[in-house]
Formats: sequence, structure tokens, C-alpha cells
Amino acid sequence: MTHTQSDPSARFLSDAMPGVRGVIVRVHPHEDARGALTVEELERRLLELGFVEGALVEVLHEGLFGHDPMAVRLDDRRVALRRREASAVEVAFEEAGL
Amino acid sequence: MTAAAISDSKRMALVGNPNSGKTALFNALTGSRQKVANYAGVTVERKEGVVTAPSGRVIQVLDLPGTYSLRARSPDEAVTRDAVLGRLTGEAPPDVIVCVADATNLRLVLRLALELKQVGRPFVLALNMYDIAQRQGLRIDLEGLSQAVGAPIVTTVATRKHGIEDLVVQAESLALTVPPTESTWREPTAAEIRAAHGEAQRIMKAHVRPAERPDTWTGRIDDVLLHPVGGLLILSTILFVMFQAVFAWASPAMDAIEAGFGWLGGMVASVTPDGLLRSLIVDGLIAGVGSVLVFLPQILIVFFFILLLEDSGYMARAAFLMDRLMGAAGLHGRAFIPLLSSHACAIPGVMAARVIDQKHDRLTTILIAPLMTCSARIPVYTLIIGAFIPDRTVWGIINLQGLVMFGLYASGIASGLIVAFVIRNVFWRTASEPFMMELPTYRLPDAGNLLRNLMQRAGVFISRAGRIILPLMVLVWVLSTFPYAPVGATGPAIDYSFAGMIGHAIEPFLAPIGFNWQMSIALVPGMAAREVAVAALGTVYAVGDVEGAGGATLSAILASQWSLASGLAVLAWYVFAPQCLPTLGVVKRETNGWLWPTVMFAYMFALAYLAAFITYRVSLAMGGG
Repeated sequence: MTHTQSDPSARFLSDAMPGVRGVIVRVHPHEDARGALTVEELERRLLELGFVEGALVEVLHEGLFGHDPMAVRLDDRRVALRRREASAVEVAFEEAGL
Repeated sequence: MTAAAISDSKRMALVGNPNSGKTALFNALTGSRQKVANYAGVTVERKEGVVTAPSGRVIQVLDLPGTYSLRARSPDEAVTRDAVLGRLTGEAPPDVIVCVADATNLRLVLRLALELKQVGRPFVLALNMYDIAQRQGLRIDLEGLSQAVGAPIVTTVATRKHGIEDLVVQAESLALTVPPTESTWREPTAAEIRAAHGEAQRIMKAHVRPAERPDTWTGRIDDVLLHPVGGLLILSTILFVMFQAVFAWASPAMDAIEAGFGWLGGMVASVTPDGLLRSLIVDGLIAGVGSVLVFLPQILIVFFFILLLEDSGYMARAAFLMDRLMGAAGLHGRAFIPLLSSHACAIPGVMAARVIDQKHDRLTTILIAPLMTCSARIPVYTLIIGAFIPDRTVWGIINLQGLVMFGLYASGIASGLIVAFVIRNVFWRTASEPFMMELPTYRLPDAGNLLRNLMQRAGVFISRAGRIILPLMVLVWVLSTFPYAPVGATGPAIDYSFAGMIGHAIEPFLAPIGFNWQMSIALVPGMAAREVAVAALGTVYAVGDVEGAGGATLSAILASQWSLASGLAVLAWYVFAPQCLPTLGVVKRETNGWLWPTVMFAYMFALAYLAAFITYRVSLAMGGG
């Protein structure tokens, strides 16, 4: 499925490399990201963990194999997630980080 | 206040995000006045304690499982939700709720507090770790925050017992003055969660000024510990040190316990008349219990490491580092925690698998949890390694016995991953649930909390030794003592006993894998719990009184009686052996039926027989007979 982007500078968190940061502009789960969950449930879980529109996000670390999973700073906390779920999070990245 | 009013006790429940220091606060409140049990009907650990308020009133404190939201996703979180809402069967609703917050990390807990507001029960917001917040220069407008949240606020430092009395007084007065109202809470939708985030954000902006000197240590430590290559090397090193320590550090304490029981046996033998009673006490009870309790130091070391890794915040990092590797085997990154716990005991491991919500992910983890080397295998491994593997140093620094031990742990892990891979690629090819978890701020573990938890574990092991192992040892003694050998018999007396008969009966089945009849006997009571096999061997050989082995340790007896191939076959058997009734019982409870314990028993038994057979035959072929 194709993702419609709400902001021209927005990209998916799943495409980001360590060192990149930005602001979450949209949390929008889709079929490819949901895994064993429903799309609705994935959205609620991302929100509950703090992935919400307006939150600052910075990619800190990634795993050795396939750059997965990734550790991100989310406002003032640290959270780990896989790139599959990160593809549900759209971020307006800072230019310097790209 | 009258004495009658004071005698009426109140109930307080602690709710909070994971890693908010909730358990430390619970310990600070209740000290040693706490007990651990299970909630009725579910296998969620129930921790309750008692605190006496300055007024003299007794307050029951319930420590509920950590959660981000009342919207429960796991059985643990469901307990928290139901307890808070007063819906939990067999559990009186709390008179007051304490919402425990990490003062340095308020954003998420504010959302939980907003949910609690809808529940209709009075609550206090406890800003824990307040000293750290102050050190970081975080400014919190307590009055404004209290008004915004709609609850009184108490600042606490659980590890130094600061603010505890304030908290108790505040909670008591709420419990007495604020009557509960009808709950308006219901499961929030995504839109409502967003709205709550907005509200929490607004409160944060208005009443909390960000830290001037935020913690930078966590980031710096993570740069090293989460390094793609370095992080994995450090994790392997930690695990290696842990398993070496199990061998090296425990020896002095184990020697002391062994000597203690030897002395006790000798003492009792010298004051009781020769005969059945002395045999029962010395050979059955003292020798049996001693041979199990001797492993307490090793079990404590395993738990010490696991608690240290949990309390410091490293466990989540380990799950992060292992996620992809575990994922390759079809496991969830979160399975790392249950599987690591299984190295202490499969029972907490199987129960910890509840952090995984997806059914197939969870069942896979449960099925392989008993393949991890639990502490009950340590007695067996130690005994056999001590008997057959020379105690010398290889490659300069590594102890050979420790190396074999490490190899056994590694084979347990490797076989677990292979089994998981087969299950997820042959039987259940469904998608797995997402891996998303908070990486908590690193903290120096508090020695007091660590010690308390360690003591609780030791207590569980000792009472288990008493309740399960002791009666079994008496049974083994009876089976191996009666009936007596006929007058003029030439073989050892145990040959003619019930135990001898059973052992001889199953020996033909076990002979192909190199087990003699004594080992076959030991396997029978060893069904109940693995470590009982060691005690049973002790009893069998002590009663059997092997010629020329008088006074020798069990290890020396085995070295003289078994071939190397048999010893190695026993080790291989125990990597897989499904011999633990309590584990099978817990699996039945956790999976609601006999299907999965049966599957588990069958596959592990088959693997154990196969592995022992191959090991025995290969060792024989290589001259190990």
C-alpha cells in the first residue's frame, strides 16, 4: 500500500539513521506495519509509548543486523522499536540531519 | 480519634509506570512486613505489605504491576486495572490509590494520572526520585501541578525513606475523608489518548520547567553498551562472567555447607542407636536435604546477577541487543527476559512470558523456557563435572570445569533457539507482535532492595527444599531400604529393595544411553525436580555402601563407578530432560490445559533420549568407555 504524506518534508522514522532528529507530524499505522496487531491497536500502542504528533524524536542507536531494531530519544525518554513499526511514524526531519 | 476508629484498617494500592521506583517505594513503606503470593485464579504475583500510620492506624499496601495505562494488554496489567476499579474477585477495592511517578519523567505518568481521575477513588501523586529531579535542576510547581491533576502531591525518595511518612499521612486522610464515586473510566480510543497527551503536555508546560542539567550518563553509557558490535561483545562477556562466577565464587560457601551437614550427620549418628531410625535421619533426611541446600550459594549468585541487571536498567538493553538474533529464531526480543529468568528457574521464566501478548510468540517462549539451564540443573552438572572433568586451567586463565559448564549453558540456549526456529517456521508461520519498549534511565541498584529480593528468592528455594524435596527423600529412603536383602546376600542391600526393582526394570530402556541401574533409580524421584536426582543418587550410593567407597564423596564414588561416556550422557540428558513437575504444572496453568505441558514433556523427553544416546555412542567410539 502507498502512504499519503501530510507534510512535504516528512519522512518515515523507519528510514532514519542514527544522529537524525525531527518532530513527529503524524502517527499513521498501515497494513505493512501492524504485524500481529490490528492497525488501530498499533496506533494506540505507539501513542501510549509516547509516539504522538509534536513529540521530538532523535535516532540514537541501531542493531547490528539489518540496522534493526532502533533506539530513539522521544522527548526526554528513550524507547526501542523495530523499523517495521517505525514506518507508521512520520517525522519532519531537521535539514542538518539529512 | 478514638481507638475504635484507629483499629479500622485502610487499603492502599500502588500504581505506576514501569521503572518509576514503585517497588522501592513499596519496600520503603512496608519494610520487612510484606508477603508474596498469587492473585486468586491468575498467576500474577501479588505483593502486599503493612504500614502503620503515625495515628496508629494499620494500612494494607498492595503493590500492583507497573503499567502505562489502565487499558490492559497483559494479564499483569489486567490485574492492575481490575484492582484499581475494584473489580478483582477476592480483592477488596482500595480506599486510596498512590500513583507513583518518576519525578524526572513525568510526561507519561500524567496521562496515567488523568485516567485515574476517572476511576472515582481518591489518589495521591507520589513524585519519587525527587532528589534526582532536584539535582538535575528540574523545577516543579507542586501546587499548580496538584491542582491540574486534582490530587495532593507528596515528594519522596524511596531509597532514602524520605517523604514516606508524609505519604502515609496524606493517603490516610484521603481514605478517611473522600468517599469513592462512580467510575467513569472506559478504554480510551486513539483519539482520546491523543487528547490526553495534549492535556499532559499542557500541564507539563505550565508547571514543570525542564531540567537544567539533564542526565547525560544514560546517553554516554548507551553509546558503549548499545554499540552494534561492542554492545554484543559486552553482553556476551557479562553472561560469561556470570556463569564463571556461579562456579568460582560459590565454592567456599558450598564447602562450608557440605562440611556443616557432614558434621550434623556425624553428630546425630553418634547420639542415636544404630538401626532404622538412624539410617532414616542420617542417610535419608540429613544427607538428602544437605545435598540440595549445598547449591543455595550458586542459585543466589544466578539471582544476584539477574536482579542486578534488572535494577540497573540493563535488562531492556539486553533485549534490544538480542531482538534481531532472537527474531531470527522466530522469537520476540522481549522473550529475552523470560528466557534469562529461566536460567534461575523455568517457573518465573514461564510466568514472565506474559509480557508477550501475542499467543504464538508467547507459547513458543514458554515451550523453550525449560531448555534454558535452570538452577536446579546446577547440582546435577556440578556433580557430574566434578566427577569426570579435571579441575585444571586451560589457555592460561580459563577453568576447564567452568568451560564445560559454559558449554552446557550454551547448548541449552542453542537448542532452545533451534526448537523455536522449527516451531515458528514449520508449525506457526504467523506474524509476530511488535517489539517496542522503554529503555529506562540507568540507576545504581539499591543494595537494600537487592538484598531483600535475594532473600525472598532464597526463602522460596529453602521452603521448596523443605516441602517438596524432604518428603521425596523420605520416600526414596523407604524405597531403597525395604525390603531388606535376604540373609547371606552378596550384592549391596539396595539391589533387593523396591528402588532396586524399579531401577532394574527401567534399566533396559536406559541402557542404550549408558545409564546404569542406580542412575535409573535416581531418575524416578528426579521426576519431581531435577536436583532431587542428586540427593537420590546420594541416598542410593550411601545406602548401597559401595565397596571401598566408605567416606568418599558422591562425586568420587561416581568417578569410580561410571564410565566417562555415561557421565557425559547424563549431562546431555539433563540439557533436555523434562524432569520438573512444578514447571509442567505452571505451564498447564498458564496455557489453560494439558495440551501444552504434554507437548512440552514429549518433545523434551525425545530430545533428551536422543542427545544422551548420541553422546554415549560417540564417547564410546572415541574411547570414553
